[in-house]
Formats: sequence, C-alpha cells, structure tokens
Amino acid sequence: MPASLRELRQRRNSVTTTKKITRAMELIAASRIIKAQQRATAAAPYARELTRAVSAVATYSEVDHPLTTERENPQRAAMVLITSDRGLAGAYSSSVIKQGEGLAERLRGDGLDVAPYLVGRKAAAFYGFRKREVAGAWDGFSDSPTYAHAREIADTLIEAFNAPAEEGGVDEIHIVYTRFVSMLTQRPEVIRLLPLEVVESGGDESQGHEVYPLYEFEPDPATVLDELLPLYVASRIQYCLLQSAASELASRQRAMKSATDNAEQLIERLTREANQARQAEITQEISEIVGGAAALADASESE
Amino acid sequence: MAEPGSSVLHVEVVAADHSVWSGDVTSITARTTEGDIGILPGHSPVLAVLVPSGVEIVEQGGGRQVVAVDGGFISVAQNRVSILSEYAAMSSEIDAGRARSELEELLGRVGADEDDPELQAAIARARARVKAAERAR
Repeated sequence: MPASLRELRQRRNSVTTTKKITRAMELIAASRIIKAQQRATAAAPYARELTRAVSAVATYSEVDHPLTTERENPQRAAMVLITSDRGLAGAYSSSVIKQGEGLAERLRGDGLDVAPYLVGRKAAAFYGFRKREVAGAWDGFSDSPTYAHAREIADTLIEAFNAPAEEGGVDEIHIVYTRFVSMLTQRPEVIRLLPLEVVESGGDESQGHEVYPLYEFEPDPATVLDELLPLYVASRIQYCLLQSAASELASRQRAMKSATDNAEQLIERLTREANQARQAEITQEISEIVGGAAALADASESE
Repeated sequence: MAEPGSSVLHVEVVAADHSVWSGDVTSITARTTEGDIGILPGHSPVLAVLVPSGVEIVEQGGGRQVVAVDGGFISVAQNRVSILSEYAAMSSEIDAGRARSELEELLGRVGADEDDPELQAAIARARARVKAAERAR
C-alpha cells in the first residue's frame, strides 16, 4: 500500500473541509448574482432615458461638444480595466488584464501613450508587481458597485479628458469590462468611452430608430448638453461596473462549483483507497494470526 | 402637441440606480436653471436642466408629491414626462429632521475649505432635500 490508513484519512478530512468552503462560496456567489442582476435592471430606466435625451439633443442641434469631438492629433489614451478585488473567480480578472494588454499594444501601435486606470485590486496587483506606472486606481467595490463609485470614476476621467496632454490629459478613453452574456458566458469587451459616439448609442435598444419630438431646450442646447454628457458618461461607466460585477460573481460561482466537484471526486477516491488499505490491514492480521496458530500447533505436535 | 382628449401626464422619476416613482399626474412644478416651470397636460416638448430643489407633482386624485432632486433634467414630450436626477428621492422617504441635521453638519464643515466643489454639491443636495421635505408637509 502506497499510503498508510491514517494518512489517507487525514487527507480525506482536509479535502472535506476544503469542499465545505468552496461549496459555501459557490452558494454565496449564486445568491449575489441575483442581486447584481436586479441592480443592473434597476439602473436600466435611467440609462434608457438619458440615452434618449442625449440622442434628442444631438439630433436637433449641431452642437460640437468637447466630449463628442475627435481630437485631431491624439497623443495619450486612457485605458480603464475593470477587474475583481478578490481571486477565486477563475480566469475572470486575468482575461480582462489580457484583453487590456492587447488593447494597450494596439494603442501603442497607433502611436499613443497609454495611461492605465485600474478598478479592482487584481489589476492593481498585476501592475504593481511589474512596477508599471498607473494613472489612477480604485478598489473595494468590485462585487457591489454603487452609482457614487461610477460618478467618482467618471469625474476623474472627464477631468483627465479635459486637461491638455502636457498636463497628463488624455485624448481617448477606452474601457475593458466583462459583459454578462449569461450565467455560463461572460465575455471581456473593449468599448471606447470618449469621445462619445452619441448617435449610435441607441443602437442596442430595440427602439433605436425612434423619431424625437422637436424639443425646446432650456436654457439652450449647448448648456443642456453640457449638463447631460457627464451624466451620460457616468451612466455608461455604471453600466460597465454592474455588468462586470455580475460577471465576476458568475465566474466565481462556476469556479467554485468545479472546485466542489473536484473535491467530491477526490474524497471518493481517497475513501476507496482508505477502505482498501483498511481491508489489506485486516487481511494481513488474519493471515498473521492463522500463520502463528499453525506454527504453534506444529511446535506442540513435534514435542 | 397635445393628444386630443388626453388630459393626464405620465411621469417617471428616475434616479441613477433605480426608478423612484411613476404615475399619472395633472400638473408638475419644477425649478430649472431659468426659473420655475409649470407643466400641464399638452405641454410642448421641452428638455430643461434642473437645479437642486423640490419638484412638486399633483397626482390625478389630487394628492401631492414632492421629489427632491440634485440637478439632473426634466424632459416632456407627448404627455410623457421623465425627471432624471442622480440622487432623486421622494420627500415622503426623507426624514426632515435628519436631513436638516445633515445639512447643518455640512455647513459646519465649510469653514475649513470653502471652495471644495464636492462639499458645495453635497450642501446643495442636502438643502434640496430639506426644502423638499418641508414642502411636502
């Protein structure tokens, strides 16, 4: 026997404990996904109304807003990575980081400097370990982002976007987040946040080709747009954060489910081996006793 | 551009992370950057920027609702009204006493750094909540 009975039992016990932990994490993640999805649904009306309003202003006024115009000679691009704070979520964070690396390479290929903004401790750890420079970082809310977090990120990004390039300003902002397609599929995606492409933004809604009424703008279209666009940017970021949070939880649930399944298999195997070892021990004892008795009988006969 | 025969406005009040209130109403009074604006059924399409304040809504049955908004905007079109504000809240959900003490606490902090835009925004927000809560009574 390769391992002693005691050793096998010890290993089985420790795997059982691990299984309990992974199972608990799986259940917690599963219950939180529902909440995360509800939050995403609750935020939808705001995003929808805001998109309508922004599209209406953009359609009926020829306003060139700094947030919607392409810079003529872009020099720096911001890249926002949305990752998780904690691990044990399968490839969730690493696929976002990988996608980000690809994006950074592409941007550099276009002759742009890349300024990374990181959300979540995993991205910060990745950049910290490689001693790379980071333009901004937030953490502590990856699995339950609120609107205030989105607003904070939006304010920082808009400020960077409005600053001239010499003072650390950026000309483009890209976001890498994970889209929650279904419980089984979450896909890392890149979107360009700024400059905004407002007219197309209604495209993912079914009512994309709605005709907007001829609005009167108070006080005037430019001011309205000034007010609306920062809100719109924050709402887009919130959308990304909420999608990412749901994806993180789904990844974690799946990762923990397979960990639990693995642990179950391992427990089964160890139980079999332990039973075998126990049986072998008993068989050996019996044969020793039988052998010993036979030897005693032989000895007393020959006397 | 009133639809003939229709004399109600359908209102939706939406905050950034949830829908706050919706219902059929007969009139709305809101404060925009240009001054107060009253909206009755059949109002022409308008999109206006709001200032932190209380928006007053008269329900179809005559009931009054006040919504505390911290900016945002109101859009009216074809008897559909949307009021969007990042931190919109119904005044009935606001505890007037607590809102007032929050405002006082914020005002107490102004002395340290007067030009902090975040603090100013927070004060405007708190003031709007207090006003809305008082108006609701």
